Amino acid sequence: MFFWSLVLIAVGIFSSFIYGRSRIKLNSKKQGTKSKSLPTYYAQYVLMWCLFPALIVYFSWAIFQEQIIQNIVISNFEFIEGAVYNEGLLLAEIRNVANNPSFADGKSIEIINAASHYSSLRQISQISFYTSIIIIMLLGALYASQKLKPEFHAQHTIERYIQYILIFCSSVAIFTTIGIVFSLIFESLRFFAEVSIFEFLFSTEWYPFIPIREGQTAAEGSFGAVPIFAGTFLVMVVAMCVAVPLGLLTAIYLAEYASQRVRKTVKPLLEILAGIPTIVYGFFAFVSVAPFVKAFGQSIGIDASPTSALAAGMVMGVMIIPFISSLSDDVINSVPQSLREASLGIGANKAETIKKVILPAALPGIVGAFLLAISRAIGETMIVVVAAGTAPNLTGNPFENVTTVTVQIVVALIGDQEFDNPRTLSAFALGLVLFVITLFLNIIALQIVKRYRERYE
Amino acid sequence: MSNSKILANSVDVYYGSKQALFGISMDIKEKEVTALIGPSGCGKSTFLRCINRMNDLIEICKVSGSIKVDNEEIISDKTDVVSLRSKIGMVFQKPNPFPKSIFDNVAYGPTIHGLVDSKNDLEEIVHSSLKKAGLFDEVKDRLNEPGTSLSGGQQQRLCIARAIAVNPEIILMDEPCSALDPIATAIIEELIDELRLNYTIIIVTHSMQQAARVSQKTCFFHLGELIETGETNKIFTNPDNTKTQDYITGRFG
Repeated sequence: MFFWSLVLIAVGIFSSFIYGRSRIKLNSKKQGTKSKSLPTYYAQYVLMWCLFPALIVYFSWAIFQEQIIQNIVISNFEFIEGAVYNEGLLLAEIRNVANNPSFADGKSIEIINAASHYSSLRQISQISFYTSIIIIMLLGALYASQKLKPEFHAQHTIERYIQYILIFCSSVAIFTTIGIVFSLIFESLRFFAEVSIFEFLFSTEWYPFIPIREGQTAAEGSFGAVPIFAGTFLVMVVAMCVAVPLGLLTAIYLAEYASQRVRKTVKPLLEILAGIPTIVYGFFAFVSVAPFVKAFGQSIGIDASPTSALAAGMVMGVMIIPFISSLSDDVINSVPQSLREASLGIGANKAETIKKVILPAALPGIVGAFLLAISRAIGETMIVVVAAGTAPNLTGNPFENVTTVTVQIVVALIGDQEFDNPRTLSAFALGLVLFVITLFLNIIALQIVKRYRERYE
Repeated sequence: MSNSKILANSVDVYYGSKQALFGISMDIKEKEVTALIGPSGCGKSTFLRCINRMNDLIEICKVSGSIKVDNEEIISDKTDVVSLRSKIGMVFQKPNPFPKSIFDNVAYGPTIHGLVDSKNDLEEIVHSSLKKAGLFDEVKDRLNEPGTSLSGGQQQRLCIARAIAVNPEIILMDEPCSALDPIATAIIEELIDELRLNYTIIIVTHSMQQAARVSQKTCFFHLGELIETGETNKIFTNPDNTKTQDYITGRFG
């Protein structure tokens, strides 16, 4: 039904456009004056008045139709005294029977009645949907066509409408963010109603298993997130130890030493690294790097576990190299050529120029790149899920199993507990912490980058 | 010809396949101001940047021919570019102080060349360079402020101080006043006049009045060729070549 209504709307806006254009030409010819705007603006004006009301009708139908019909069906349902009904199951049954009459066999008469009620309501809804779309488009076009006079500034109005549309589009992202924040906060509040916030932030025991049936002998759960934060931090430090030197030196090579041809080849190649799905990095970490780390650990007498912070961190470091190298390369490149010439002109060699002039000038931007890379690293999930393990060890030893915030969120949400279980809810509290940390890192990074830009532009 | 500081002999410059300079030969005397004039794109900056090998920075630029500074060939792979550039200071079109303090801007050169042993020596060099550039009195109370906080004219004088802090013999100036207002320009021109006593100066300029005011010798470039060179007085009053005549009287360019 909704497909054909889209065709209907398309026909409507097409004809309204044609109508608007010929109408304004006719009107201005009649009055013998030139219209204030070009005819196509009047046509767009009619089109908009046709399109947007129709879209509003369309979406409100798409959203509310099913709900309203179901409410009517349920409220008219002949409940049998004493019987217990599950509303969801009942509705599913009614819908099944309505959509597929062969299911009617063996169902009670109340259900069959309700199903036919449901079908007829749907039919009514469909007919009224098409009629209201047609009517609303006609009304819109009628309203707009009254304004089709040569002295009407259609272009100004169109520009204002377009501005509204742009504002709407840009606010979608903002409101989505706000929505995400609020859902995180509300679910976290439910979690903190059951687990104290001090335990969560400062206790060192993460054992999120609580009895889900009465009489179960599982231990009382404990929700101290410190080992998780520590694990996240450890993996991040390992990753930055890999990514910072490699990324920065790559950037210096690309920006200062490489010829144009090398730079044009290598930079896109590096950026491909950023496009590899992170789960693939995860495989790589688990299959290739982790065994290597274990073997290396054994060769120097350290008992390394098969999945370790070191393996995950190293691979994550490789993953964020392109962030650091690409951003730093841009920053180094935007240091004005005149500074290079000034330094070389005094007789400094290339290394001195880079060390004493280019890098200090580019430093804020480079630090910004580091911070963005860090926030990427602590938000990363798949590599650590596969390669770092899930054991909440509070350790500084990178050869051991650790777990990170993102991993624990995954673990908490794929459990089979009910949704109001503190274990499931802990995912939201962890998510909130993660969100706050990355938000601050990003704000700081963007501030630094901005201040740096202001200095040179 | 004993006091010739720079001797260029049939210098050709190519940017890729495009030839920018055609057989430039020139003789520049010690402790004089030589002005290079000519319409935009005539190659005068390109020639200037050959003298301290600044064209090396441009990948596609190829220089051939011979330029001798103090009788030493500099268009050669064996040339020690770093020591060449410490002997030849350069001042650029747009003032380009480092984003460091005023003091550090001037101290940069002496520090990297190891010209000083102690902090006092460094301070003395910085102060004397700033004095020579006529900037010291204006900035002596704020040597720790960033060089970029100065006005355009002050920044350009800071760049001159930075260049002379390494004690060069030659100073190249690539349109040093084109980004400055008339008052700042006048101050720089006065400064050039003073610096002439101790340094050999080559200045590229768009302004013929400026060339006439500050230089003793003038070279006129056109379409990559050196058309005429001679005493500034003569070039501006009685040039030999009709193209020079046309240019200085404003008939083209």
